[in-house]
Formats: sequence, C-alpha cells, structure tokens
Amino acid sequence: MKSKNYAKFEFPAKSCNEAFARSCVAAFAAQLDPTIDELGDIKTSVSEAVTNAVVHAYPSTLGTIYLKLRILGEDTIEITVKDRGKGIEDVKMAMEPLFTTGGDDRSGMGFTIMDSFMDKMKVTSRPGKGTSVVMCRRIRAKNELE
Amino acid sequence: MKIFSAYKEGRLTLYLHGELDHHGVKNSMDLIDKLIDEFMPKDCIVELSKLNFMDSSGIALILKIHKRMNQRGGRAWVENADSQPLRVIDASGIDRIMKVGLSKEVMK
Repeated sequence: MKSKNYAKFEFPAKSCNEAFARSCVAAFAAQLDPTIDELGDIKTSVSEAVTNAVVHAYPSTLGTIYLKLRILGEDTIEITVKDRGKGIEDVKMAMEPLFTTGGDDRSGMGFTIMDSFMDKMKVTSRPGKGTSVVMCRRIRAKNELE
Repeated sequence: MKIFSAYKEGRLTLYLHGELDHHGVKNSMDLIDKLIDEFMPKDCIVELSKLNFMDSSGIALILKIHKRMNQRGGRAWVENADSQPLRVIDASGIDRIMKVGLSKEVMK
C-alpha cells in the first residue's frame, strides 16, 4: 500500500529513549486525529517494542534502534521498530504470555500487549541479524465511535 | 517517574507520578524495597491517580511489590489508575491476583 506520509528516526538503545520514541509516534499519529484511548494504545505498544530492543537486542554493545512510521491509506498508522541486535531464537516462544528471559524485572507481557492493542502485529527475527516488529492500527473516524 | 510515599497506621501508600516505563522502573524497586523494610507495613497501596503512562514494565513492578508484601504476610493493592494504565492492567490480568480499584471501593 502506498504511504501518504512517513517519518524515520534512529537512536541508541538507551532506556531514556523509550519515552522519546513514544513521543515521536504520538506526534506523528496526531495527523490522524486519534482519540486519547487510541493514542494510549499506540504509545503503549511502541513502548513495549522499543523496551524489548533496549533490554534484549544488544547485550554487550550500545546498538541502534530504527523507528519507521508510515500512514497507510486514509486512516492507518504503521509502526516498525527494528534493531540489528542478537535476534530471537524462537519467536513463537518469545510471544507466549509471561515468557521472558529478563528475570523478575520483566513481566513477559510485552508482545501480548502489542498484539491486543494493535490491529496487526508481525515479528520477524534472525539470530545474529536482528529483529523487526511491524504493527498497524486503524484510527476510526469520529462518527464511527458513537 | 517520581515516587512519593506516606505511612499511617500500618499502611504504606506509594504515589507514582509521571510515566512508568522500563527506564522509570530501573531505579524504583530499590527505593520501594527500602520503604517496605523501613516501615514494615501491613498493607501497601500503589496509588496511580497521577500516573499518566504505564507499560508492562509497570506490571512487573506492581507484581514485585505484591510478592514482597505477600512474603511478609501483608497485602498490596492498586488504587485510582487512570484509563491508559488501567487498560494495561486489564490486559495483563494482574487484577486476578490482587485488588485493583478506586480508593473508595478497594478494601479499607
């Protein structure tokens, strides 16, 4: 699908950039005039994806996270969060609710939340090459909400 | 994120302000552990009325507080979560293991 607008960001995989990434996406999504709840869902999903990259992708180096945003059609935002880190051995297992390799600092709910808060979510990963999470959310027109 | 705390009659209230994400959680648990050790409360309330944003990192933090309080034979619950944190709480299912509600209705 042809995109009507896009933005790209890249930043080091530092935890202070989790809030930065959420703000970038919120500012870009504003052109679709989302409700506060829709924006909350999108920000939460971005936070989960970026946090995963910060926590897991680069265990021994400070790598880069790539954030790509596109508007698809009239009303859909597509968000891609990509890293060139260590990758995920078993994506299916990583997506299981409560699965985590991050100890009790992590809830293991990240993918579950992305999956339920966004309309579509796809994770592709190659061990040693990196991980990419692509998520879409359609913003409903205000007259659809009643 | 900022944490404010109040203690009264066996009840420790933790007021979480701002945005609770992985970055915010990183240094908070040490402080919360210290407060629990110091006051040894019977109840610990996680008060979220001033929390604008929370992701699953917040769930991990709340679960940790719940576990700590359980180990000491105490209770923990969540009060006054706004709509975005509440959606994350609902999606996580933690309301099945601990109470979540408005301060008026949660146990007194």
